[in-house]
Order: sequence, then structure tokens, then C-alpha cells
Amino acid sequence: MQILQYLINGISIGAVYAIIALGYTMVYGIAKMLNFAHGDVIMVGAYISFCVTNYLGLPSIVSVIAAVAVCTLLGIVIEGLAYKPLRGTSSLAVLITAIGVSYFLQNAAQLIWSSSPKNFTSIVTMEPISLMGGQLVITGEVLVTVAVSIAVMVGLTLFTGKTRTGKAMRAVSEDRDAAQLMGINVNQTISTTFAIGSALAAVAGVLLCSTVPTLMPTTGSMPGIRAFTAAVFGGIGSIPGAMLGGILLGIIETLSKAYLSTQFSDAIVFSVLIIILLVKPAGLLGRQVQEKV
Amino acid sequence: MKKILGNKNTRTNLVTYLVVIAAFVLVKACNSLDMLNSSQKGYLVPICVYISLAVSLNLLVGVCGELSLGHAGFMGIGAFAGVVIAAVLKDAVASDTVRLLLAMITGGLIAGVMGFLIGIPVLRLRGDYLAIVTLAFGEIMKNIIGNTYVGMDEEGFHMAISTSKMKLGEGGKYIISGPLGATGVEKLATFTMGFVLVMFTLFVVLNLINSKEGRAIKAVRDNRIAAESVGINVTAFRMKAFVVSAFLAGMAGALFGLNYSSMTASKFNFNTSINILVFVVLGGMGNILGSVISATVLYVLPEAMRSLEDFRMILYAVVLILVMLFTWSPKFKEAVGAASEKITGLFKKKKEVVGNE
Amino acid sequence: MNEYSRKILKVPTYTLLREQDKDKLPVLDVRNLGIDFGGLTAVDSFNITIGPTEISGLIGPNGAGKTTIFNLLTSVYQPTRGSILINGIDTKGMTTHKVNKLGIARTFQNIRLFTDMSALDNVKVGLHNEIKCPFICSMLHLPPYQRAEAAATRRAMELLDFMGLADVADQKAGSLPYGVQRRLEIVRALATSPSIILLDEPAAGMNPSETTELMHQIRRIRDIFHIAIFLIEHDMNLVMNVCEAIAVVNYGRIIAKGTPEEIRQDPAVIEAYLGREEEKA
Repeated sequence: MQILQYLINGISIGAVYAIIALGYTMVYGIAKMLNFAHGDVIMVGAYISFCVTNYLGLPSIVSVIAAVAVCTLLGIVIEGLAYKPLRGTSSLAVLITAIGVSYFLQNAAQLIWSSSPKNFTSIVTMEPISLMGGQLVITGEVLVTVAVSIAVMVGLTLFTGKTRTGKAMRAVSEDRDAAQLMGINVNQTISTTFAIGSALAAVAGVLLCSTVPTLMPTTGSMPGIRAFTAAVFGGIGSIPGAMLGGILLGIIETLSKAYLSTQFSDAIVFSVLIIILLVKPAGLLGRQVQEKV
Repeated sequence: MKKILGNKNTRTNLVTYLVVIAAFVLVKACNSLDMLNSSQKGYLVPICVYISLAVSLNLLVGVCGELSLGHAGFMGIGAFAGVVIAAVLKDAVASDTVRLLLAMITGGLIAGVMGFLIGIPVLRLRGDYLAIVTLAFGEIMKNIIGNTYVGMDEEGFHMAISTSKMKLGEGGKYIISGPLGATGVEKLATFTMGFVLVMFTLFVVLNLINSKEGRAIKAVRDNRIAAESVGINVTAFRMKAFVVSAFLAGMAGALFGLNYSSMTASKFNFNTSINILVFVVLGGMGNILGSVISATVLYVLPEAMRSLEDFRMILYAVVLILVMLFTWSPKFKEAVGAASEKITGLFKKKKEVVGNE
Repeated sequence: MNEYSRKILKVPTYTLLREQDKDKLPVLDVRNLGIDFGGLTAVDSFNITIGPTEISGLIGPNGAGKTTIFNLLTSVYQPTRGSILINGIDTKGMTTHKVNKLGIARTFQNIRLFTDMSALDNVKVGLHNEIKCPFICSMLHLPPYQRAEAAATRRAMELLDFMGLADVADQKAGSLPYGVQRRLEIVRALATSPSIILLDEPAAGMNPSETTELMHQIRRIRDIFHIAIFLIEHDMNLVMNVCEAIAVVNYGRIIAKGTPEEIRQDPAVIEAYLGREEEKA
């Protein structure tokens, strides 16, 4: 029974990773950049939600909407100011700029909200479900997180598959130059991608802090790195891959903490990642591209 | 013509060595004239350490084109190995300098072995996947070092992963105690040794760049398939470069570890790896002198801004972003290009000497 | 056409120039080679045997699979079927650089020089495995390394001189004229001391006088280095004049093999390839 409880906990944290990883994967797939500031957008989202509920006393749903709105805007601004001017240059230059943005967000948050941790109140008010005479407890957070992550994955799959903008994204991701020649506005498409990724980050931030209620300026960075590994795990650029990678990562993390070693859970998680990449170098659901000779 | 081309490389290298030597002499002179305050003196060894780290990482990132996000992991291995060796040899080796050297070499060797191990996945992965593996590796190292206990008593040397398993005899002493890290470390590091380390790092890396290995690496980056078609074994170089880079980072780590009385594994986290990478990218990919200068400036900059307190890191972030935009943005480059064309040939000649080939 | 291919496939796999390379182990022996990309068969039942000092040509219409065959021979692609023997050694599962060490070198249809390096350095990259000294020597620039490096420079200059490129040794490879780049690629391939060299459209982009010069040079390479040459070319004049044996492929299969005279008269070739060319002209 215990293992089932661990599995549920793992899926819960894994679903949060999955939402973050979905944002990472979208941005990577289309803009071909590792957006290291993604984790910090999560943190900003969580702070916005915290402020709206605690200082303005508004209902939690409003706080989520506010967080999404602010983060979407933030994503567009960051992309326009910091990343757009470097489009087409070395991917490493963009990576370093992203690191600069990450430092900026963390330190700005520290200035605004101070570095002392805030106690985040969960936005989920649902009662926990008790199964099998209380041996198995499923909290409302778990249900909401899993439901949201599935909804996001399905939504993104439909969006990239069916809508005009989504198809444009896929075209840009496949071949930026060819897409441009076909009349697709590449810059706008990339901006849209960032907007979507950042909106997802806001949702992830609120859900992350509902699950793990401590909120600090550095709250986003470790889950950000974890989610990035999850995205690579599943095959970066692949939407179902990000979902799978996130959930698996959460499960591996929880189970290794429970059964192997609490201190070494990080080492175990990352070792599994390395092994997976050795066996499947493009990730679980990624595809290998062969260079034309 | 060939002679001139050959000379250009040698000249660039010579300039690099001379800049470092001149800086060392200058700092030594200032120090003997008592012009440095104690906090400024405290920067000297870390600066040397970070220069070595940046130069060795540049070998990977700038020269080989392999993005590595785990350099701090090698540094950490070197640091803790160095601390342990220095403590173990305390009675056996009288000379502090020799002990420091031995600690650095051991730190380098152990890090080099780890570099070889991480090199095995490196043989199969490229680009961002490699980056994530090095990141993972750095975290694994941090995690393991942060939970290892090393101690010494009359019976000798003990190592375990938890306190309960440590059976330290009477009078035994912990050298590294898990999450608390190394405490009571003897500060053996000196600025002179830092200088020696920087010179050694430069010597190895610059020679490697200008050897047949460096030429092959350049060829592989230029056109991998063509390089393979003339018998260049791509993976063999990436492996060698990883081991050399890890070795140098380990040596630098050992010097770093022996510069502070205490140290925890969390010092060698992802952020430190990223910082070293920032030095490399801002200094210019493959530009060794650039790495030396940017490591120095970027280490001193946040320290010098300490008076700004909370605004310091935010300013650093803004400076970082702006510098990246100004140096890489195509629009800005166009503007600079137009301006520099107006400047006379004299300036251009000067630029050639300093600029990397 | 199927009739012909069936007939041709029965041709034994010994070299066409039995007199010339009598009793010698063929440098290249390819049996039943085939590769599928997804469901598409790009090359199938490809057989060829090349003697150690033979100049042979591989011709066929665009998209016939010629370059794919070269990529298979140099292990850029791994074959789906069949085997490749270089100097009697099966290359199955080997990487490109290992195959090069067995004695096969090549040039590329879309020139693949190291554009930022000088012509000399391009050749020295080719000499990489000839510069034999331990890693530690090259890392620390010890005297043995410096001697080996100097010897390599001399050798590279000799090779450049052989193809008439000594004058451009210090120029960046990317800045050289097209024809010169093609010849530099040949020098770079020669630097690896191959026993067979594959030339992928060596005359493409060359003017008639450069092509004539190239024809002489190809013969000289064979005569002086005593190696086999296997080339893909669309310039029929060059192929018919230089090659001693020719294989014709279409749709990934050999449709004819023989001496230039035999190929000229082969109805299958005329139909599939030359015929169409003549119509156009």
C-alpha cells in the first residue's frame, strides 16, 4: 500500500515537473534555445499569486489568472528585450543571456519580496480523498495538478496540430528559413511560443507552491533544472515526451527517496537520466536526426 | 607567408603569457609596497583559480565546441581531494609548498579520472544532450561529496557515507563531515602557487590548441564528416579534452579548497559552473587571453560592488545581459563595424596582435 | 530494362582488368550491397571489385544512388545488406575514421574543406594519423612532437606541389577558386596514404582546360602512388578517357559494367543514361 502512496506522491510532483517541462520543450523546439530563466518565471508566477491572495484578499482563481497574465507579459518582454536581438547568433550567447535574465529575476524578487521564505497557502480547497480505510490518501492538489498537466498536454498537442499558429510553430521548429520563405512571421511565432511557455510557467508555479508550500526567490531554479532534465529525458522538443519525462522523474525521485536513500536521491535521479541518455541518446520519445552528406 | 602565419599564433600566445606575468609582477609589487588591503589580498588566489577554471573550460566549450555545465563538479572533486591529501600528509611532508603541490596534483588526477568516466557518455552524445549530462554529473558530484565523511585516527584513514558508519578511534578527527563540509582546513594556498597554476594551465591549453590535436579539433568543428573521412577519430579527442580539462579544473579546485578554513559541497553547484561558463563566453569562445581577462574582471566586479548590497547582483545581471547584447547582437555589430572602418589602419594592426587567430 | 539488369548481375565479381592487377588481392570488393531508407531502397544488389591500381568510374543519371554508394563505402551510412571488403577486411560496423585507416579516402560532391584553415593545414589534418607521437608530447610540445610536426609540414608541401598547389599553401581554403578547392580535397585525401581514393564529381565546376589538367593528374596519382581510383563523374569526356573500367547504376542497381568501349555500346546504358543525354544535345 505504501508503494502506491509513494507512486501517487511521485506522480503529483512529476505532474508539476511535466508542466514546467512542457514550457521548456515548447521554447526549445521552436526557438532552439535553453531558456534557463524559465524556472524563475515560475517563481514570479508563484509570488504574484501569493500577493493577490494574501495582500489583496482576492479568491485563488483570480490569483491564478493574475499570475498567468503577468508571466505571459513577462515572457514576451524578456523575449523581446533580451533574446530577440540575439536571434540567429550563437546559441551559447542566448544561453548566457538567459542566465543573466535568471539572475535578474531572482535578485529582483529578492529586492521586492526579500529572501525570507513565504508560506504559500494552497489554492486547492478540495478535501483529500481517503481510500482503503485511510491507507491511501489522495489530496486535492494531486488531483488538480495531474488534471491540469494532462489538460495542458492535450491542449498543446491539439494547438500545435490543428491551429494556424500551432502549425506555424511546427514549421518554424522544423526549418526556420524555409518557414520564413513560406511567409510565416518567425519573430511573432517565437514570441507567441514564449508567451505560451511563460503562461504555463505561471500555472506550474502556483501548483508547485501548492504542493511544496515554501516560496523563496530561488524556489524556481531547482524545479527548473529538474524539469529541464525531464524534458531531455523524454526527448526535448516532444510534447508527450515532456509529460512522460516529468512524471517518470517525479516517480523516480519519490521512490528513491523512500526506498534507497534520502541524501542521495539527487545523485540517483541524475544517474538514471545519464543511463537513459546512454541507451536512448535522443531521449525516450525524441527522434535522431541524421546529417545529410 | 607561412612564417608570418606561424608567428601570429606564437605572438598571440606570447602576449597571453606576458600579460599574466606582468599582472603577477605588478600585484606582487603592490603587495610589497603595502598597497593592497586585506580583502583585496583575499581576491588573489580565487582570481587565479577562476582564471584556470575559465581557461580549462574554454578548451571544452570554445575550442572543442562541447557545452559543459558541470565544471564546478570537477572543481569540487579537486577541492575535497586536495583538502584530504593535505591533511593526510600533514606529518609526512614537512614543506607546505610540496604538500600543496601534491594536493593539487592529486586533486587534478582524481578529477581527471572522473573526467574520463563522464567522458564515456560524452563519446555518444552531442550538443544539448551533452550539456544536460554534464549538468547531471555536476549535481551527482555535489550530492556525493556533500554526504561523504572522511576522517583520520591512529589506525589511519576512514571514509563513509554516514556518521553511523564512521568508526573513528580516540583522538580521531573528521576532515570532511558530510553536509557540513570540510572544516579546520589548513590554508596552504598562496598567490605564487596560483600564478604557477595559471601559467601551467595556459601552457597546456595553448600548446594543445596549437598542436595536431588542436588542428584536428578545429577540423572536426568545421566539418565533422570531412574530418572523419580523413581518419580523425572525433570521440578520441573529445575524451582527451575532457580529461585534460577536468584535470586542470581539479588542480584549480584543490588550490581553492586550501584557500579557506572551511568549505561545503554546495559551493560547487550549478551556479558556479554557470559562472565559469559566463567567463568563457564573455571572454570569447576559444580566446584564451579573453578568458583570463574576463575571469579577473567578472570576479572582481561583484566583489567591488559589495557596497551596493542588494542591488549588486541585479546590476551584475543587467551588465551581463547588456554585454551579451552589445557583443553578439548583429545590429550592434553592424554599427560597430561601420564605426571601426573609419578608424585608421594603425588601430587595426594593434587589434591583430591581440585578437585570436 | 529488368532483363538487362538480370543479365548483368551474373557478371562475376573479379576485376575487369585482370591483366593489370593479376593475382593481386582486390583493394575493394563489394558484394550484394544494399541500403534502404525507411521503405525506400536506395541501393540494391551492388557488386563491384576494384584492383589495386585500377581507375574505374561510376556513372548514372542524377539520383541513381552514386553518392549513396560512396557514403556506404566510407561507412557514412551503414548498409542494410551485403558486405564491403577493403584490402580483404570487412568494414561492417566500422566508423568512417576506421575505414579511412583501412585505406579508403574520398572527396565530396559538395566540397567539404576546412574553410577557415589554410590549404597547408587542410592537408596536415589529412596527415594527422601519420604524425605519430604520444598525446603528452603534443600537449607539452616536446621535441619529438616538434620533429614530427616539421616532417608533416614537409610532406604536406610535397603533396601540394604534386597537384600544383604549393603556391596557395598559406591561403585560406575557403577563399580558393572552386577548381583549386576540388584539387585540394584530393590532396587532403591523398595525405591519408590510402590504397583507394574515391572522387565524387572531381571535375564539377571546372572549365575545360582545368578538366584536361585534372585528367592528367588523376592518371599521375595512379602511376606515382600506385593506388586505385574510383570516381563519380558526369563529364563523359573525362570518364571515357580516364577510366579503365566503368560501372553504370540506375535506380540503385548496376545496369552495366565494362570497359569504356563496352559501356558506350551497351543498349541498356544508352537507354537509361547516354541516350537521354544525346537527345538533349
